[in-house]
Amino acid sequence: MPKPHGGKLVNRYLKKETEYKLDLPKISINTNLAEDVLNISNGVFSPLEGFLYKNDLENVLKDKRLENDVPWTIPILLDLDKNNIKEGDTVLLTNQESGLLAQFEIEEIYKYDKKTLAQAVYRTTDTAHPGVANVLNMKDQFIGGKITLIKSKTREYDEYNLTPKETRYLFKQKGWREIVAFQTRNPPHIGHEYVQKTALTFVDGIFINPIIGKKKIGDFRDDVILDSYNTLIKHYYLKERAVMSILRTSMKYAGPREAIHHAIMRKNFGCTHFIVGRDHAGVGNYYGPYDAHDIFSEFPDLGIIPVFFRSFSRCTKCGSVVNDKICPHDQKYHINFSGKKIRELLKNGEIPPEDMMRKEVSETILKYDKPFVE
Amino acid sequence: MTEEKDEKKFTTVSIPTPLAEKIKKRIKGTGFTSLSSYVTYVLREVISGIEEEAEEAFSKEDEEKVKDRLRALGYLD
Repeated sequence: MPKPHGGKLVNRYLKKETEYKLDLPKISINTNLAEDVLNISNGVFSPLEGFLYKNDLENVLKDKRLENDVPWTIPILLDLDKNNIKEGDTVLLTNQESGLLAQFEIEEIYKYDKKTLAQAVYRTTDTAHPGVANVLNMKDQFIGGKITLIKSKTREYDEYNLTPKETRYLFKQKGWREIVAFQTRNPPHIGHEYVQKTALTFVDGIFINPIIGKKKIGDFRDDVILDSYNTLIKHYYLKERAVMSILRTSMKYAGPREAIHHAIMRKNFGCTHFIVGRDHAGVGNYYGPYDAHDIFSEFPDLGIIPVFFRSFSRCTKCGSVVNDKICPHDQKYHINFSGKKIRELLKNGEIPPEDMMRKEVSETILKYDKPFVE
Repeated sequence: MTEEKDEKKFTTVSIPTPLAEKIKKRIKGTGFTSLSSYVTYVLREVISGIEEEAEEAFSKEDEEKVKDRLRALGYLD
């Protein structure tokens, strides 16, 4: 199992709930920032112990590394416009959904040009890019400092929400030495299963890690994704070879930089390998289809092995799922796994063909009156 | 970022000139833009496997809670 990113799994939990002062000033943060707080405190974002300082931010933007040379590609920032706080203050972070969340030591208040930030992370300042739009909507000052989690409320699907410490313990108990991580935001079709099982063939176990949280209208609901994976695992995986746990974090759509960030999070969960598909974490045409593969060559010290899949489809000549490295047949024999087509069929209450999606998975989805976010 | 700030982030390491010349030849036509970027890459690769730190264990009580949770999910017997 790889050591956590930066060498140590961060644990920023308050030892006793009585150790904080209730009369400290309170700052309310949005749900995405609240997720960042949780991911910092339970080690998903190791080695970060808080929100980035300016020197770390500059390094991340310029060199894709923290100031101490550890690879890091996505800035984790707390933006704020509150004027009555100053460096050296300690405040309490609260969130509408979670209530009182964490104690935050304000060590540095700084400004940074948001367009420069967006250009470095997203390679564009086009406001049609959702990540750029988010950056440009950030408040004008950033705050660097350490956080300490006071408490986190129990939420839906928390039974599937394992921390890095727990997954590392689990992998050890199962005797897994090599673990491949698969990130998803959709119920599994046959192509996903092919990719997962191909990778699983060469390691001890697979860690299926759906991203749960804010969704767009028309996306599959979180409970549908979890249920469909449970069904797939139950019918088509060896029980002792697959683990599913959710990850609560927002998608940034930063393409290659985000692929590295996703790999780092899975390394912290204890995974040795990470599956990277075509246009990983991309949106629109902002990134080349394999930019998220190429970027890994910049990080020989990343500590997790990327497993690249270029494309996969069903070849009617081969009679099986294939990828571009193993099938010699013309494109006319290839049927792509179209998420859009599968979605349309399911929307109409129809079961997709079994060479697209397992019948048990389709039936699980169709048990829901409304499987999509409305 | 100012040049002065940049300078503080780097240090000079001496390597034998013949080795430096060999490396310069080797990196021609590759993605490495300088001798320093190549040497940095190699050293990062070497050093990445070395650093080690002990993992924090669960207390007995917490371990039992985690085990129960993992059993409920069917991940442990």
